[in-house]
Amino acid sequence: MIGALSLLLVCQLIGTIVAHAAGWPIPGPVLGLVLLLGLLIRRGGPPPPVHDTAQGLLKQLGLLFVPAGVGIVNELHVLRTDALAIAVAIPVSTLLALGVTGTVMQLLARGDR
Amino acid sequence: MHAFAGGDLYHVWVYLQSGPQLGLVATLLVWQGATSLDRRTGHAAWSNPIMVSIAVLAVLLLITGTSYRAYFRGGQYVQFLLGPATVALAVPMYANFVTMRRNLLPILVALIAGSVTASVSAMVITHWLGAPRAVVISMAPKSVTTPIAMGISQDLGGIPSLTAIFVLLTGVFGGLVCLPFFRLLRIGDRRAQGLAGGTGAHGLATARLLLESETAGAFGALAIGLNGLITAILAPLLVRFLGF
Repeated sequence: MIGALSLLLVCQLIGTIVAHAAGWPIPGPVLGLVLLLGLLIRRGGPPPPVHDTAQGLLKQLGLLFVPAGVGIVNELHVLRTDALAIAVAIPVSTLLALGVTGTVMQLLARGDR
Repeated sequence: MHAFAGGDLYHVWVYLQSGPQLGLVATLLVWQGATSLDRRTGHAAWSNPIMVSIAVLAVLLLITGTSYRAYFRGGQYVQFLLGPATVALAVPMYANFVTMRRNLLPILVALIAGSVTASVSAMVITHWLGAPRAVVISMAPKSVTTPIAMGISQDLGGIPSLTAIFVLLTGVFGGLVCLPFFRLLRIGDRRAQGLAGGTGAHGLATARLLLESETAGAFGALAIGLNGLITAILAPLLVRFLGF
């Protein structure tokens, strides 16, 4: 598990270094994800410890969002001032994204459903 | 005697506020409570454990007069794991990637269309309705899974906490409406449903679709990772293009 966790952290570290050195506006962990995906494709799948550690982390993913979400206590004034903009933008934009992605995919996808 | 004991407790409280233990333990305990509530209600929409935990902790901070900074001394240890968790998304992506090579081009076209639609519509609407730049930027990655969305928001000059809330609201809304909305638009292809759910409303819509179909769930998981990547690349360009 420590080995697998180290692998995840090393991918993140390399991703962060590359993103900063190249000046790309992409979060380091996202590049780390691409790096790990490349390794998995090359290797033909994750070794069991990497699979288990990844699944273990992702099963608790919800918990990891909580501290950032609590930051809402500092943004309450924003939610109050811009309540209308937020209350309109989120549902409308979400419906548009669901509709556009689904329609395009249904038109283009080949083979069995 | 009572005053003395009270003063003592006060000092313990002040001491604990300067360290990480209180914030960390509070986060873990509240999360435990919220997940057990969620199990007991049979995963009802209103008992989403992320939403409940944030609400309970926010109220606790407000009534005890604790600053977010003091709380975050402990909270940061939980949040740090978002980085490795983002990298870990490669594992479920790989599992789906291999079976989906056949439809790689349709998937990419649909994802790019969905990612641009989500970011542009969210930013344009908030801008039209008079929100300031920081809020508009924080909206850009609202359909992306939280760890990636917060990274994007941070890099673009948004407010990551605000983005986390927008992402959460998007997920709760998307999870509630996705199935009836697909029926309305006659989107019956399970692959299209999964891809749309994962792109438009990340993990919360995907979890809902997974209850209906394994295929939809697999495409949703793929879409979560790929949409995060595509939006991370496109959002900075879109922000510049739209002039925000």
